[in-house]
Amino acid sequence: MNAEPLVGLKALHTKRGWIAVGAAALVMCVIVPLLSLAVPVSSPLHMPDYLVALLGKFLCYGIVALAIDLIWGFTGILSLGHGVFFALGGYAMGMYLMLSIGAQGVYKSALPDFMVFLDWKQLPWFWRGFDNLSVALVAALAVPGLLAYAFGYFAFRSRIRGVYFSIITQALTYALMLLFFRNETGFGGNNGLTDFKSLYGYDLHQPSTKVALYVLSSLALLGTYLLCRYIVTSKAGRVLRAIRDAESRAMFVGFNPTNYKLFAWTLSAVLCGLAGALYVPQVGIINPGEMQPANSIEMGIWVAVGGRATLFGAILGAFLVNGMRSFFTAAMPNAWLYILGALFIAVTLFFPDGVAGALGRLKRKS
Amino acid sequence: MNRIRLLKFAAWLRLALPVLFAALALGFAAPAHADQLSEDLSGLASTDATDVSLAIVKAANRGDARALPALHALDDGKLRFDALKHLLIKADGGSFKDALTGAAATAQGKVEEPASDNEVRRALSPALASLSLSAPSVEVRLKAAHELGRPSDEIVPILRKVLAKESDADVKIALALALAPADMVSTQAADRIRALEAIRAASDATFKTDVEHLLSKGEDGKFVEPDAKVRAAAVAAISAIETRQFLINSVGNTFYGLSLGSVLILCALGLAITFGLMGVINMAHGEMMMIGAYTAFVVQNFFVAHFAAHVDWYVAVAIPAAFVVSGAVGVLMERSVIRHLYGRPLETLLATWGISLLLIQTVRLIFGAQNVTVANPGWLSGGVEILPQVVLTYSRLAVIAFSVVVMLFVWFLMNKTRLGLEVRAVTQNRAMAAAMGISTRRVDMWTFGVGSGVAGLGGVALSQLGNVGPELGQGYIVDSFMVVVLGGVGKLAGTIAGGLGLGLVNKYLEPLAGAVLGKIFILGFIIIFIQRRPQGIFALKGRAAEVS
Repeated sequence: MNAEPLVGLKALHTKRGWIAVGAAALVMCVIVPLLSLAVPVSSPLHMPDYLVALLGKFLCYGIVALAIDLIWGFTGILSLGHGVFFALGGYAMGMYLMLSIGAQGVYKSALPDFMVFLDWKQLPWFWRGFDNLSVALVAALAVPGLLAYAFGYFAFRSRIRGVYFSIITQALTYALMLLFFRNETGFGGNNGLTDFKSLYGYDLHQPSTKVALYVLSSLALLGTYLLCRYIVTSKAGRVLRAIRDAESRAMFVGFNPTNYKLFAWTLSAVLCGLAGALYVPQVGIINPGEMQPANSIEMGIWVAVGGRATLFGAILGAFLVNGMRSFFTAAMPNAWLYILGALFIAVTLFFPDGVAGALGRLKRKS
Repeated sequence: MNRIRLLKFAAWLRLALPVLFAALALGFAAPAHADQLSEDLSGLASTDATDVSLAIVKAANRGDARALPALHALDDGKLRFDALKHLLIKADGGSFKDALTGAAATAQGKVEEPASDNEVRRALSPALASLSLSAPSVEVRLKAAHELGRPSDEIVPILRKVLAKESDADVKIALALALAPADMVSTQAADRIRALEAIRAASDATFKTDVEHLLSKGEDGKFVEPDAKVRAAAVAAISAIETRQFLINSVGNTFYGLSLGSVLILCALGLAITFGLMGVINMAHGEMMMIGAYTAFVVQNFFVAHFAAHVDWYVAVAIPAAFVVSGAVGVLMERSVIRHLYGRPLETLLATWGISLLLIQTVRLIFGAQNVTVANPGWLSGGVEILPQVVLTYSRLAVIAFSVVVMLFVWFLMNKTRLGLEVRAVTQNRAMAAAMGISTRRVDMWTFGVGSGVAGLGGVALSQLGNVGPELGQGYIVDSFMVVVLGGVGKLAGTIAGGLGLGLVNKYLEPLAGAVLGKIFILGFIIIFIQRRPQGIFALKGRAAEVS
């Protein structure tokens, strides 16, 4: 990448923009933890644990939405396989958590329970080293990144684009889902990895650990947002948009679209891996269900609902759609698929620029 | 109780077996007079197990194959006798026929069932075997020889005598095979070689491990089988068995591959129209199939409720009904959503995914989340066995035939009708087609309707092969897109080649790699294949290639 050097924080945001980002960061990283830990349980202002965990989940989804916005909103490539990168990051973290259970499992063995169940005598080679948190974290970013790089390299080089790319990414997630469903693959098969006890010595069931994970997720989301913001405002970001709008023309001007697309695609996958790694200790389970094609398509709809190519819209969309899901699956379980389906149709037919676009229109009118 | 029965049976064996052997020593004894036979069999008309057993032995000793219907009926629990001790065979529907002559008969007075307990059954099986093996009809003898399994020690000498007299080659092979287990443990090398030759002639896979054991080395480093000639015979037997197994597997895999391939073709044909010709990514395509399958379910239930006598023919109504219902849903989709999104494929993809969620949830609310059963009509159940262990089920054969018919239908529609002509015109050059007076919007609507209707036909076929549930379509959507992409967009011939190819490769890979890994290999292969040849197997040439 031959992007220009950082041209100052001003280029990222206007003054008002920075105030908004700062305010959101303050609420997320300081006020919510205080409400949860410092305010007594009896107080109406107290934030219950489940809400912190739910918000923590949404923050991870927000990172995924940013990653998809980068590749879809700004580069014009709709991936139907981002669930794979998210799940791979989650599995890397899950493997660390699994090994840190140690002999506290049901079978009192140093091996994870499902391996005892399969009658395996020792860790498979690809589990080695995952008892070290830093190895697991590097793997959570590197494995999705490498997979995306290899996949993208071949796909972009042969100029596979548009719906064809979407379809083969869907095939990718479908194939890996089938692979991970097998017990012999060595990732716990159907049940996946679960029953985690502690992360780096901290008990995962303690409220303080949960809040700490939540704060980490907030910071990760903030960092991801700033990184994406930096990329899309840089020269490389302008090239990405040029590729989105007129790939041939960008090529004739002298840019090699393959490299730019590959960069955005791989970075997007790495960010998903990060989200997955933060997600798994908070929800306590990772299984192949995360790789279902349906999940990946839903990730796309978060971004579409929020508004493409706006970054903050993507985060908004992830919070909105998942908030609705949490509400409706509890309140009206039969209605949820109707609402989700209607959302897909309404957003594509009537609100192609999503909530962010609608907000923008309101602002211009007033 | 059991002990007493056992003792009783042992006593009976001592009495009966020598007589049985003696009878069989006579071989194909001249058919005895019918009166004598009926006298022998008269003991069957009793509720006392010992009487019945003795009658069975007597009939066996007589060696007259005409006793077989009565004994088979006894075996099947269909033998009855009336107050006059006439033996009758109960036919389906409650009528009777005479056990000896087979003529229709009426029962006089009270009808009773002869005793049938373990004792009777133990007497019955060797009697049936020996009588069938000496029956005049080759078919009966062959069937009996196949049903022998691994004969017990008592029957072995009988078999040897029967074998010595047997003239038919097939029956000889089957009898020799039945004797093989006894010969294999013989101390005479010649016996063992004979057994191995019998196994080689029959190429029966059930003996494979036994034969392989002969060739293995014991703990002392010597072969289990000391004689080199016997080992050579064993090697020949194993290679014959393996050749046969390969043949069976190849035929089986080809059949299942063709069947899977035709299912894939049915799934993908509709997609080849909507995606291939119109360029619309319809993620709800699988749901069109699901709707077709549920239409078959509804039609079936309607027949059960109103035309129970003709329920076997519900499929004939379900096929057009599914086409119409799925087609109508497709037209509705096109009118309400898709036509607003032409030229925006990614948006179409998301919107149709939304539609698929709506359809799945609607079906779930109407029919429940559980799978429903669509029964095969009577004329589609069962199958034809072309080789041992290879049964071609009629339902799969019908699906293969059905897919051929649907292919012809689609070909006819696209190449020989006005609609097809207009569809091709609109696909090739929309503006020019419009200028020639074709209503392109109307053509879009009908094309999408036909594509969805063909998917509905695929749904009917799927309903005959497995369960029908709200998520039926989801399992096929990835495969269908793969078929279309592999075959090349816009070419029906490509879809057919892609579907058959995927089906066959899938089934050939399954035994080697397992079902899941096979599928993963195929997806990986397609991903690589598209890299090398993005235009599919059948590439569009000329200007049409540049449009997409």
